[in-house]
Amino acid sequence: MGFSQLKRPALVVGKYAAIVFYLVFALFPLYWLVKIAVTPDRLIYTDGTRLWPSEFTLSNFVAVLFQTDFLSYFSNSLIVSLGTAALTTLFAAGAGYAFSRFDFGGKKLIIAIMLITQMFPLLMIIAPIYKIIAGLGLLNSLTSLIIVYTAFNIPFATFLMQSFFDGIPKDLEEAAMMDGCSRFEALRKVILPLTLPGLGATLGFVFTAAWSELLFALMLISKNDTMTFPVGLLTFVSKFSVDWGQMMAAGVLALIPSCLFFIFIQRYLVQGLTSGAVKG
Amino acid sequence: MESRAVITRKQNTVERGETRARRSLYWQYVVEPFVYLSPSIILIGAVMLMPLIIGISYSFQSIELLRPFNTGWIGFENYAKLWADRKFWIALENTFWWTFWSITLQFFLGLGLAMLLNTHFFGKKLFQALVFLPWAVPTFLSALTWAWLFNPVIGPLPHWLTALGILSEPYNILGDPDLALWGPIAANVWFGVPFFAITLLAALQSIPGDMYEAAEIDGASAWQTFTKITLPFLAPMIAITVMLRTIWIANFADLIYVMTGGGPANSTQIISSYIFTTAFRRLDFGYASAIAVVLLILLMIYAVILLVIRKKLVKV
Repeated sequence: MGFSQLKRPALVVGKYAAIVFYLVFALFPLYWLVKIAVTPDRLIYTDGTRLWPSEFTLSNFVAVLFQTDFLSYFSNSLIVSLGTAALTTLFAAGAGYAFSRFDFGGKKLIIAIMLITQMFPLLMIIAPIYKIIAGLGLLNSLTSLIIVYTAFNIPFATFLMQSFFDGIPKDLEEAAMMDGCSRFEALRKVILPLTLPGLGATLGFVFTAAWSELLFALMLISKNDTMTFPVGLLTFVSKFSVDWGQMMAAGVLALIPSCLFFIFIQRYLVQGLTSGAVKG
Repeated sequence: MESRAVITRKQNTVERGETRARRSLYWQYVVEPFVYLSPSIILIGAVMLMPLIIGISYSFQSIELLRPFNTGWIGFENYAKLWADRKFWIALENTFWWTFWSITLQFFLGLGLAMLLNTHFFGKKLFQALVFLPWAVPTFLSALTWAWLFNPVIGPLPHWLTALGILSEPYNILGDPDLALWGPIAANVWFGVPFFAITLLAALQSIPGDMYEAAEIDGASAWQTFTKITLPFLAPMIAITVMLRTIWIANFADLIYVMTGGGPANSTQIISSYIFTTAFRRLDFGYASAIAVVLLILLMIYAVILLVIRKKLVKV
């Protein structure tokens, strides 16, 4: 629609040129990452800007997986991201349900506070959080990261979950409650199965957010054995900044979980992100 | 007579139901919602609101972890120091340019992509999945990837820019104080275009199709259709998205910290990355908090101005 005038050849050519431009712009950086990762080290300089590697190798991946600490960074990140995603989704589902189904005193105030947490610079609380967590003796622990990330992600996840609950007619659980279910039973037996896609999307968003977080992890984690992937990769880059092939192989590995989740949540993007973005 | 009896019986049941409802009113309006809400509220309060207040109080104190005996309340001394800090003013100017160019380029490229995705062509679903992919790339990885692309040893960009005559020789623009800010901006645009495209696409899809049909019947040109139908419909969405994104981008320090660390010679330091380096590298929590409070105030002023403008536009 809106482009039904697109019958003139110049416009058609323009359209396909735009398609190619966006594809190249989006994919070329990632392609280059993979390309350097599969190029043997000795060829990186001679290959230069050639678009296709003259030889292909997986040795960089093998080296990264078995000769460095990346497997440990990887599993730390996985624990933190999965923990954060599960906790956030659980709490946000509760809060989103309350916003969607109840009218109560202070509702507007709580929503306003949640919106404000989305606006203020998170870096503002990096110093206090460091001091609090150091005071509790929880520096260098994955638990502290999970707690902090969960709190950061709850507001957005709540608005997202609320929009999913809003999409389910109230009559459904009212009918179940007429039939003698308590509200919680109605929620568990009737509503929850219907929000499974919504729960999945929220899990995906939060997982990717936690997987990418860098600055708080840098501040709170300094020991090698509890480093998350971003911190580990950055430490690796600043220590071994000439081992291009291995760095990029590590980068490709960091990309995998996000891409998997992305494929999974892709179809919710337009509906989910917009409803969440407008509000939060 | 009979019908009246039925009515009274009905009233009775209604009344009984009402008292039950009133009794459960307390439960329903005061207790039950908070059963569902409390974990979220407690966590946000403990991890975000309390530290926010503590952070504001830090800005009036001297708290340097490297000089532990030098702590105490110092009033507005941090702010006075900030006023005289040349680095802060450089960072303020950089924040403006960083936010302005990032948002402008993201917006126009995102709008183009959204309009493209609103048409029909072969393989559109796959295309959409592929062009949205950068949004899923972790920010630290976007930063590293673009830093590598700009590196003349392994990246092609300096060579291409030289071939186009933009650079005199293939060198790393991230090391050039005049050009370095464009590195993180490029990474930010790459990373942010999908977000704009997604939000604008949803808005585009909500425009009723018969509007376009009517315009076509009236013989409107493509440009007229765009300016008279598409843009007015998108305007509210554009306003709110741009406002939220501006705040978000001004706060966004990851890309800059990873790609340049604020250098060379502070030419890429923005306020949020300055906060992070002050807290993380120099462990000067008091000063970092003072910068953060100033950033918060600036963003609040910005938001208020935008809201006022929006209200005025809506009235007209």
